[in-house]
Amino acid sequence: MKKIQIFGLIIIAVAIGIIVSTAGDASTYVDFTKAREMAQDGDAESIHVVGKLKKDGSGQIMDMVYQPELDPNFFTFTLVDNENVEQKVVYKNTKPQDFDKSEQVVVVGKMKNGAFVADKILMKCPSKYDDTKMETTEHTAAKS
Amino acid sequence: MIHTTIGSAGHLLVIIAFVTAVVATFAYFKAGIAGSTVEESQTWKRFARTLFYLHVAAVLGVVFSLYWIIGNHYFEYHYAWKNSSLSLPTGYTISSFWQDQEGSFLLWIFWNVVLGCILILTNRSWEAPVMAVFALVQAFLTSMILGVVIPGLDLKIGSTPFLLLKEVMPDLPVYAMDPNFIPKDGKGLNPLLQNYWMVIHPPTLFLGFATTLIPFSFAIAGLWTKKIQDWVRPALPWSLLSAMILGVGILMGAYWAYETLNFGGYWNWDPVENSSFVPWLVLVAAIHTMIIARKNPTALKTSFILAIATFILVLYSTFMTRSGVLGSASVHSFTDLGLSGQLLVYLLTFTLASIGLLVYRWKSLPSDEEEVSTYSQEFWIFIGATLLCLSGFQIIATTSIPVYNKIAEAFGTVLNMALPADQIGHYNKFQLWFFSLITIVTGVGQYFWWKRAGKDKLQSLYNPLLLALLIAAAIITYQGIRDIQYIVLLTAGVFAVVANGSILFDIFRGNYKLSGGAVTHIGVALMLIGILFSSGYTKVVSINNSGLMISRSDEFTKDDNKENKENITLWLNKPEKMGDYMLTWRDVRVEPRHIPGYLPKSWVDIIEGDYHAVALRDIVVDGKQYNAKGDTLEIFPENFYYDIEYREPSGRIFNLFPRVQINPAMGGIVSSPDIQRKVNKDLYTYVSMVTNPTAEPVWSQTESFTVNLRDTFFVNDYVAILDNVVRTEQVEGVTLGEGDAAVKAIIRVLDKDKEYVITPSFVIRNRMVARKPEVSNDLGMRIQFQEINPQTGQFTFNVNTTQRDFIVMKAIEKPLINVLWMGTFVLVIGFIMATVRRFRDFVKMRNKENKPAGGKSKGKMRVEVADL
Repeated sequence: MKKIQIFGLIIIAVAIGIIVSTAGDASTYVDFTKAREMAQDGDAESIHVVGKLKKDGSGQIMDMVYQPELDPNFFTFTLVDNENVEQKVVYKNTKPQDFDKSEQVVVVGKMKNGAFVADKILMKCPSKYDDTKMETTEHTAAKS
Repeated sequence: MIHTTIGSAGHLLVIIAFVTAVVATFAYFKAGIAGSTVEESQTWKRFARTLFYLHVAAVLGVVFSLYWIIGNHYFEYHYAWKNSSLSLPTGYTISSFWQDQEGSFLLWIFWNVVLGCILILTNRSWEAPVMAVFALVQAFLTSMILGVVIPGLDLKIGSTPFLLLKEVMPDLPVYAMDPNFIPKDGKGLNPLLQNYWMVIHPPTLFLGFATTLIPFSFAIAGLWTKKIQDWVRPALPWSLLSAMILGVGILMGAYWAYETLNFGGYWNWDPVENSSFVPWLVLVAAIHTMIIARKNPTALKTSFILAIATFILVLYSTFMTRSGVLGSASVHSFTDLGLSGQLLVYLLTFTLASIGLLVYRWKSLPSDEEEVSTYSQEFWIFIGATLLCLSGFQIIATTSIPVYNKIAEAFGTVLNMALPADQIGHYNKFQLWFFSLITIVTGVGQYFWWKRAGKDKLQSLYNPLLLALLIAAAIITYQGIRDIQYIVLLTAGVFAVVANGSILFDIFRGNYKLSGGAVTHIGVALMLIGILFSSGYTKVVSINNSGLMISRSDEFTKDDNKENKENITLWLNKPEKMGDYMLTWRDVRVEPRHIPGYLPKSWVDIIEGDYHAVALRDIVVDGKQYNAKGDTLEIFPENFYYDIEYREPSGRIFNLFPRVQINPAMGGIVSSPDIQRKVNKDLYTYVSMVTNPTAEPVWSQTESFTVNLRDTFFVNDYVAILDNVVRTEQVEGVTLGEGDAAVKAIIRVLDKDKEYVITPSFVIRNRMVARKPEVSNDLGMRIQFQEINPQTGQFTFNVNTTQRDFIVMKAIEKPLINVLWMGTFVLVIGFIMATVRRFRDFVKMRNKENKPAGGKSKGKMRVEVADL
C-alpha cells in the first residue's frame, strides 16, 4: 500500500469522524412534551423548542417576571409550544430588550426541576420596516 | 417631479450589461477553442474584448445611476427610500449603496469588471479562456439585478434596484390621492451600520470574493487549453492577493463586531461569518499546493481541486446567506429576494461544469509514481493543506445543517435538525486541535522547505523545539494556565513563532524578498496566541458583590446563584463597587454632529423624527461655545451614550461611554460596548438593559403635602425637609417683569448616603399663578410648588414619583487582545510580501515568453527558488 493511499484513508476517517460528531452535537427541534420525557429519561442534551408567548385578550404578555432591581440576571416567562403545551421558561440573564415585541420565540436549553432552563433565546420580531418579513435576533445566557 | 430618466437609464444599462456579458462569453469561448485558425481566433478575441469593454461601461453606468439616485435623495425610488435618508452623513450614503442585496451584487459586479480589465491588460496570452469564465460569471451576476419578467411564463429574473416606490408598493393609500407622491425622506440606513468599518468592510470583503474568481478562471483555463502546469504561475500572485484581501475583509468584520455588537467578542461562529471563512481556508490551502505544483504533479491535481473548490464555496456561501435558507439560524443573513432559484442554478452550473471538466481531463493530468518522502518539503505542505481543508470541512459540515433540513424537505422527509446548542463550544472543540496542528506544521514545514531539516538532519529542529518548550513553560507557569488544550495551543503557537522566526532571521540576511511566508506564519501564530488569551481567559469583572441583589425566587437562591450574577445594576449617580473599581453611572449623553465628544441629554431637547435638537442652554465644550441657548443643532438622534465613571483603587478616574441605540430596524434597543484599551488587556463594557431613554417617565398618582417651614415629610420612602422658601429673580422658561413675584422652595431630600436639593418655584405674574416643577432623575421624583397659604403660613407641594433610572451593565476583561491585532498586521505584511514576490516572478516569466526566439527553451527557465 502506498503512503498516499494510507494518507487518503486517514483523511476519510477523520472526515467521517467529523460528520458523526457533528450529527452527535446537532440539536433537534422538539416540543415541551418531548422535552419532559427526555428529562425524565435523564437525557441531558440541549434542545430547541419553538413557541409563542402567552398573551391575554388585549395582547399583553402574561406570566412574565423580570425585576432587575432585585436581580438583573433572572427572567422567567411562559411559552406555549406548537402543541399548545404551556411551560415556564427560566432565562438566567437580562431580559432581551425587544422581547415584548416578539411573535415567535425559540428557546434552546433543557428541562430542569420542572422548568425549562434556556441558555439561548432566538426571537422573531415583526419588522417595523416591512410587514411581510421577520427579523431574527439571538440572545445567549452567560455560561453558568 | 419623478425622475424617471435616471432609473430607466439604469435599468437599460443593466440589460445591456447582461447582454454584453452573454455575448462576450460566447465570443471569448470561440476565441479560446482550439482548432480554429489563428486569424479567426484573433478576430473573435478582438470582438470579445470590445464587448467586454462595453460591458464594463454599462456596469459603470449602472453604478453611477444607482449612486446618483441615492446621492440626490430621489426617494421616489424604492432603493433610495428604503436605504438612505436626508439626515445621513455623506460618508454613510456610500454604505447605503450596498446595504441591500441588489447593491451588494452590484458591488461584486463592479469589482469583477475592474479585475477583468486588469487581467486583459496584464495577460494577453491567457485572455480568451480566462475571460470566458469571467464573462460567464458576470452574466450570472448581472442576471441577479436584471429585474425582468418573461411574459407568458410569468418568470421573474433578478431584482432590479431601479424600481420606483410606486411599483414596489402600489397599494399604498396615498397613491389613490396623489399618484405622483414622493416621500419627503427615506427610511435611512440602519444606525448599527453607521460605522466607518461598514464603509470599508463590505467593499473589501466583496473584492475578496471577486478575486477568488481569478485562480478559479486560471484553473479552468488551464484544464481547457491543456496548459496543465502553466496556469499556476499567473494564478499564484492573484491567489495570495485574494487570500490577503478576503482575510482582511473577514477580520474587519470581526473587529466591527467587537466594537459594535455586544456578544463580547470578535468571532461568534455565526453561519454568515463561517461562510466567508471556509473559502479563505481552502484558498490558503490552494496557495500552498500551487507553490509546489510547479514541480510535483500530485500537487497539481490537488491545486486544481482546491482552486475550483474555493470559488464554488464562495458561490455556496452566497447561496446560503442570500436564499433565506439560514433565515432562522443566523442573525444577519439576508431575507429571500426570490432569487434562490437563480442562485441555485448559478451554483450548480459552475459546480457541475468545473467538476465535469476536471473529470474529463483527469486522465491526462500527470501523476507522480514516486513515493512522497516523509522528509520532503511536499509532504509537509500537503499535511498543512490537508489540515486546512479538514478544518474548513468541519465548519461547513455544521453550518450546512439548515441546508440538510431543506434538502430533506425537498425529498418529503422531516429532519428537524438544529444547530448545536453550544455552537462556540462545538466549533472550538475541533478547531482548537486543527489549528494547534496547523501552526506546528507551519514551523516544521518551513524547516523542511528551506532544507534546514531533512532525512538525516532532524536535529536542527531540536533547538527551536527546546526554546519553544522553555518559553511556553514559562508563560504557562506565569499565567497559571491549567487547561490541557490551551497548553497545547500555546506551545504550538510559541513553537511556530520561534521556528518561523529563526527561518525569517536566516532569510532576511540573504534576500528579504523571500521572507513573506515566514512572516505570514508568524502572524498566524501570534493571532492564535492572542485569540487563546483574549477568548479563553476572558474574565467577567462585573461580578456583583454588593449583596443587594438577592433574588427572592427559590429557583435562583439555589445552586448556581453566585456564578451567574455577571451583570450589575447601577442607579443614577449612586456609586457601586465592582471588583476593584468603584462605578458610578453619571449621565445619559447624546452625540452632536459638529461638536467633539458627547453632550448631556439634559442640555438639549431632541426633536422627534428629525436629526435636530434644540439647545436648552449655551453649549460650551472645552471652553468654546458652539451654540447659544435656543439654537438648533444637528445630532445623531438614535445614539445615546451612558457615562459610566470608573474609579480605580489608585483614585484614578476614567469614563466609558457604552452606547445604546434606539433602532427599530433591529427590533428595539441595540447596545454597543465601549472599550478601555490597555497594553496588556481591554476592559470591555456594555449596558445590557436600560430604561428607554426616549420614553416619557410614567409618574405615580399625585400626592399632596402641606407643611410648615422646617417640617419633615416622607416622599417615596425618603426623608424630605422644607428648609426655606426664598424670593428668586430667575425662573427657567419664564421672563419676569416689573411687579411679578417669584419664590422657590428649598427642599432637601435625604438618600442613604447623599443629600439632594430640589427647588420648585412658584410665580405670580399679572395676577396669574405659574408653577414650575422640578424633576430629580436621581430620585425618580417630581415636586411642584402648589400653594402658599398666607393665613396659616403653610406650603403645599404636589409630589409624583417614578421608577428611578437604572442600567444593567456588564464588564469583561480581554487579556492580550493586542497580540491578536498585532498578528493580523504581521499576517497582512507577510501576504503583501509574498504577493509582490510572486507577481514579479510572473512578470519576469511573461516578458521572457513574449520575447520571440530568445534562444532558450521554456522548460529550463524555471526559477528554482524555494520559499513559502
